[in-house]
Amino acid sequence: MQVKEYKPLIVAFCCNWCSYAGADLAGNNRLSYPADVKIIRVPCSCRVNPMFVLRAFQRGADGVIICGCHPGDCHYTSGNYYTRRRMALLFSMLDYLGIERDRTRLEWVSAAEGAKFAATMNDFVEKVTALGENKRLEDLRCKK
Amino acid sequence: MQKITRDQLIEKAASLLGNGTVSCVLGWEKGEFDYDVTPALFETESELREKFVFGDFCGANLSKYLVSKTRKCEGRILVFLKPCDTYSFNQLLTEHRFDREKAYVVGIPCEGMADIERVKELCGDGISSVTADGDELVVTTLYDDEPVRVKAESVLAERCVNCKSKKHVAYDELIGEDGEVLSSARFDEVARLEAMTPDERFAFWQNELSKCIRCNACRNVCPACTCERCVFDNPSSGVENKAAANSFEEKMFHIIRAFHVAGRCTDCGECSRVCPQNIPLHLLNRKFIKDIDDFYGEYQAGAEVGSRAPLVNYTFDDLEPGEVFERGGQDA
Ligand code: SF4
Ligand code: SF4
Ligand code: FES
Repeated sequence: MQVKEYKPLIVAFCCNWCSYAGADLAGNNRLSYPADVKIIRVPCSCRVNPMFVLRAFQRGADGVIICGCHPGDCHYTSGNYYTRRRMALLFSMLDYLGIERDRTRLEWVSAAEGAKFAATMNDFVEKVTALGENKRLEDLRCKK
Repeated sequence: MQKITRDQLIEKAASLLGNGTVSCVLGWEKGEFDYDVTPALFETESELREKFVFGDFCGANLSKYLVSKTRKCEGRILVFLKPCDTYSFNQLLTEHRFDREKAYVVGIPCEGMADIERVKELCGDGISSVTADGDELVVTTLYDDEPVRVKAESVLAERCVNCKSKKHVAYDELIGEDGEVLSSARFDEVARLEAMTPDERFAFWQNELSKCIRCNACRNVCPACTCERCVFDNPSSGVENKAAANSFEEKMFHIIRAFHVAGRCTDCGECSRVCPQNIPLHLLNRKFIKDIDDFYGEYQAGAEVGSRAPLVNYTFDDLEPGEVFERGGQDA
């Protein structure tokens, strides 16, 4: 019998000014990271409403990662500082509700850090793969 | 048992109405039973004498009603506020929800309010009347000939057992003596949950949140929830007013509700009080409050007017979300 290999679906919200470019650089340098990472480009990490994270899980994501410019480098000066507080509280709340903490992450990746981008994604995918399918924040109506 | 009486409050309100300081009074009136007291607006002294009540079931926080009533009422509104209610009052002012000049706050002391659910646990159902007598409540039920006496202390609402402050942070006038900010054990239960395994926590919340019937009472009563247009009324939000379709929607609703008031919730406890399903909503709000205190320094919403809420604030060296978990305490 053939067992289908489990591949998690990862949603990565990437800031246009840094991490999205970082992802591009990773591609240009032929650094590999799993194809199951679906990148959504946002104008700034601060654009990510906590609802987006919940929605991603609802629609079938197994892990959600948000990538933005390093603190101090935000294109809009302070957006990522707000992101940092917001996501710290959101992730902690999800953990409090019993949702595995390795399913969420926030990372700072600059446009020059193609290697960091690939390494981060590889590591994140590995952690989420270990957890398996997202069962605790799934919406069965959205399952194919 | 409250130290101040209904008559004292009526006298105060009648004199302020009489001398023209205020044109109406926000207070409480009896509902169908002694224990389902509801907020009410009074315009004349005779109305007050007829319907106004004050006692151990006046838990309702009247501050939120100022948002709509100050728009309708000409002149100033007298509002009776217990110490914890004044935090909500300040928070509403911070958010410019009404004009300070339109409110005349009479601060009243509070000995802690009774929780009818706790009374029912002790006396059973079919309660026909509850009256205060010294430090006891006298409860008559449809099924017992003799009234039952319970200690007021034994039926205190959870939020009053863990009262955070007996001090008024806003008032125009005080009746009785002001108290102190208290150090309460209000975060103990949150810490107990944090110490559980994720599986236990998940089971705990699954069990609690699945009771929700989406009546929206928790949102409607909340003095921090005063948006004119609420996401829960928007049919395209996917979380509009209807019973949750599945456990995802339950969690979604509760995360959104708690998150929307994070950093602004004064921990007044109204949401847990009104929930017909007795879901411990305060444990969600307090998780945010506890985290905010731990991560960014202690912050009490409503302690002063104009303070900057933690979620619209930052420092350069705030904790990273990853570090939150590294700090330990919670079991992985
Ligand atoms: S008051 Fe209780 S039952 Fe009603 S929506 Fe809120 S949590 Fe659900
Ligand atoms: S969330 Fe609950 S405790 Fe917090 S302000 Fe609103 S009603 Fe009060
Ligand atoms: S512009 Fe990249 S995080 Fe704000």
